[in-house]
Amino acid sequence: MTAMILKGKDADWEIVCGLEIHCQIISKSKIYSGASTQYGSDVNENVSFVDAGMPGMLPVLNEECVHQAVKTGLALNCHINKHSAFARKNYFYADLPQGYQITQDKFPLVGEGKVEITLEDGSKKEIGIERIHIEQDAAKSIHDISPTKTFIDFNRCGVGLMELVTKPDFRSPEEAGAFLKKLRSIVRYLGTCDGNMDEGSMRCDASVSIRKVGETDLRPRAEMKNVNSVKFAMQAIEYEAKRQLDLYDNGEVMEQQTRKFDAVKGVTEFLRKKEFADDYRYFPEPDLLPLELSDEYINKVKSEMPELPDEKKKRFVEKLGLTPYDAEVICEDKETAAFFETAAQGHDAKKVANWLMGDFFAMLNEKKLSLSESPISAQNLGALVELVSQNVINGKTAKDVFVLMAQTGDAPEKIVEEKGLKQVTDTSAIEKIVDDILSSNPDNVAAYKAGKVNLMGWFVGQVMKASSGKANPAVVNQLLKQKLG
Amino acid sequence: MTDLTKLTIAQARTGLDKKEFSAQELTQAYITNMEAKRNLNAYVCETPDNALKQAEASQEAINRGEAKDLTGIPLGIKDLFCTKGIPTTACSGIIKNFVPPYESTVSQNLLNAGAVFLGKLNMDEFAMGGSNETSCFGPVINPWSKDVPLTPGGSSGGSAAAVAADMCMAATGTDTGGSIRQPASFCGVVGIKPTYGRCSRYGIMAFASSLDQAGPIAKTVEDCAIMLKNMAGYDAKDSTSENKEVPDFTKFLSGNIKGMKIGIPQEYRIDGLNDEVAAYWDKATAMLKDRGAEIVNISLPHSKYALATYYIIAPAEASSNLARYDGLRYGVRVDGNTLDEMYINSRTAGFGAEVKRRIMIGTYVLSAGYYDAYFIKAQKVRRLIRNDFIEAFKKCDVILTPTTTGAAFAIGDKTMKDNPINMWLNDLFTVSISLAGLPAMSLPIGLNSQGLPLGMQIIGQPFDEQRVFEAASALEKQVGFKGDK
Amino acid sequence: MDEQTVKKITFLSRLKIDDDKVESTKDEFVKILSWVDQLKEVNTDGIEPLVSVNQNNIALRKDEVTDGNKSAEVLANAPMKEYGYFAVPKVVE
Repeated sequence: MTAMILKGKDADWEIVCGLEIHCQIISKSKIYSGASTQYGSDVNENVSFVDAGMPGMLPVLNEECVHQAVKTGLALNCHINKHSAFARKNYFYADLPQGYQITQDKFPLVGEGKVEITLEDGSKKEIGIERIHIEQDAAKSIHDISPTKTFIDFNRCGVGLMELVTKPDFRSPEEAGAFLKKLRSIVRYLGTCDGNMDEGSMRCDASVSIRKVGETDLRPRAEMKNVNSVKFAMQAIEYEAKRQLDLYDNGEVMEQQTRKFDAVKGVTEFLRKKEFADDYRYFPEPDLLPLELSDEYINKVKSEMPELPDEKKKRFVEKLGLTPYDAEVICEDKETAAFFETAAQGHDAKKVANWLMGDFFAMLNEKKLSLSESPISAQNLGALVELVSQNVINGKTAKDVFVLMAQTGDAPEKIVEEKGLKQVTDTSAIEKIVDDILSSNPDNVAAYKAGKVNLMGWFVGQVMKASSGKANPAVVNQLLKQKLG
Repeated sequence: MTDLTKLTIAQARTGLDKKEFSAQELTQAYITNMEAKRNLNAYVCETPDNALKQAEASQEAINRGEAKDLTGIPLGIKDLFCTKGIPTTACSGIIKNFVPPYESTVSQNLLNAGAVFLGKLNMDEFAMGGSNETSCFGPVINPWSKDVPLTPGGSSGGSAAAVAADMCMAATGTDTGGSIRQPASFCGVVGIKPTYGRCSRYGIMAFASSLDQAGPIAKTVEDCAIMLKNMAGYDAKDSTSENKEVPDFTKFLSGNIKGMKIGIPQEYRIDGLNDEVAAYWDKATAMLKDRGAEIVNISLPHSKYALATYYIIAPAEASSNLARYDGLRYGVRVDGNTLDEMYINSRTAGFGAEVKRRIMIGTYVLSAGYYDAYFIKAQKVRRLIRNDFIEAFKKCDVILTPTTTGAAFAIGDKTMKDNPINMWLNDLFTVSISLAGLPAMSLPIGLNSQGLPLGMQIIGQPFDEQRVFEAASALEKQVGFKGDK
Repeated sequence: MDEQTVKKITFLSRLKIDDDKVESTKDEFVKILSWVDQLKEVNTDGIEPLVSVNQNNIALRKDEVTDGNKSAEVLANAPMKEYGYFAVPKVVE
């Protein structure tokens, strides 16, 4: 059970939450103009006359934005609408140059779908997608340069957005968090959005209401704007649900409203009530004709879909023998999964996964490096696992070799060769050491034979020490058992 | 030497190419006339220096034997077309200081064809009006005025007046509900609104995007053909421009209409139709019949709803299109303490009464609760209106109607002033064609008893301007209208 | 249509009407709306709204950077600009 139940004064309450997520579409140029989408350019540099809403300027739709949204829709098991249309959403704001946003209203590009999320206890839940439509991003207002003025930079204005609306299916902050992570992982796999919530390329609004368990109608909700990390979204939902519970418990009225989350204080704050300023007067955009997609087009996009996290996970579990947990962790991020696959190529995948999730991630963490900056290549990690599998080195030596690999970036074979770390598997050589140890420790031999069998470990340790760790532990064990009877 | 300003484009082309006069002489003759007739208030911005430079370049091209259709031809440009580096104001106070850093596609096409631009022509503010009285630069005086100053019609009033008064050889106009045809009729000149999508709207300040079309106003049908051929064409910058080849319209001026079926819509013979207009309509019908056309009665039952339909759809689109004039990025700003105050102050000061009226009506019909009753209803009736034409064109090739219900009226006419609907009734015969997106031409049929010109309208099927030109040529030859005032 | 509606529409349009003009504006609106109400007599059952008279499909643009890098021109007509930005009165978030 993953639903969060709130204990009220005289009833149990449940959370009803839906998310609206704006994802900046990855494309070279803007959705309605040929200006660049490059982030971090000079002020007003990536601005065409269309983006600045100059008189007589007209939008022309970027085919890549359509393609990216269709890809995303397919990945989320959504219906792709062969007929969709653009609409104007009319409102005045400094960051909206035309006085309207070109978006989609009654006929979104992507219709209903569903996504399965996995929760920490391993349980699964299906979350409904209401729609995904495409639209233009707004410009950026800068408030902190001048005390009396607001400055506007139109670089971001007109960058393509996918707005994804979920059904109000979330019953706990955890579910919302799991969905956001899953969505982020999927869009990153697809390359349709970079999913960076802290940079604003993925932005989330959460709408939250609560109701008594058993009620079927929805109560008034609060919409929380721009909760810009998975953690904040979860905090905001939980805080808001509890705040509403307090209202109800104290006999107060909960009004439909817009709030914002203050990440520093960890609270949600009132912004405004719903009012006529929200009369957006949507109507069909006369400057853009309806978008008609053919079955061939949709099928082509389908056939070009990359493997998605869920499919990859399944394959890693079924074909490569990973545990579901390992597969989950490795597949969350496309690059990690790719690194793993390269490393595991031709080697023991399960062992590669253990190394990856253990020493390897720890090493990156410690050095504060991203995967792409790793000093150890995927091929070298695989080669290290192979050296152990082939009994060239033993597990303990491998740990030492790994540390050297991280320091030098060298291949493990090279390190083993140079440092002379090859495991001794020659039975006669090991037998000689074993004989030496046994003859110089007659007391312990006697004690062992008298029944103190746990001395075996001590004998093994002595032999390993004498061989500078290079003796094959299996051979050592076997010989000792033979000789001690 | 003949008065160069009395020539048609076709005659001037011959004269220029035969070096009977130079391009500079031709342009200078127009500049002289333009300056002499400033009392008509047809131009809101004169660019004589530019024009002479273009004339000089034109002459060089002629000397090199590289003359194109419009090389050295002096034109006037309606102030709704953005012209690079030359003030473009839509005759509105809100952007009376605007200098576009870009050129509209239509005016660029004309420049590419060698045209000389004399200046920018007066018009109703943002093309909203039927008498040129809503211009922030004051009304244009119809050159046909006798004792009281008459309006030239609108919104392309400056264009029609300038052509009629020999202040340019031809002019660009735009037509949303009749804005080319009605002033052409009032001023005794020829004007054609082509099929929606024939000319690019890029760089033309938008009034009602689903209706706006550019077209020429000139002295003859042939000149309109030369102009339109050089204005029209697919433009990737306007998604609503149609990718269709532009025929050489000058090939359709034989006047041979033997067997052509001319439709006469019975519903246009409204109660109270001016007797003289009715008589000229009959006369025109007879003339076409004399030239071998077949006259068929047709029915356009929903046309009587066209005005009400138009006055929902056009203001709705206009309310949105004019939202960009907010004093933020261009235009005249009137400061305020807050952003909203700045918007309100700038827009209240900048827009004239008629524009404000239409913005508010448009806002109202799009607002929550009224959208279906007004806007959607109007769009449905719009389809019925278009369906009527589709049906009618199964029986005929072109349709003949009067352009207006009467001749030019006086500036400041009280019945028009007291009730905006009376002014809107000017569009009675033109507006259904705009709603259906069809091509239609107005050409002079004769003078009424007060010596004022009246016009006939020839309506064609989508992208069949050719037969409109053929029928108009036939009528023009038969009428033999002289523009002598 | 009442005076409250006129005020709402005026604000949505970001326009201002003097208080003594609200009533006459309302009256004018009522006149215009009752005139367009003639459309109510048209039977439009089963009729699809006509959004566009175009016959072609939407033309899509290739995803190429073909525009931008003209901030001077974009800002050329700005009533107020500073440091390459457009400037407006302080917006309180």
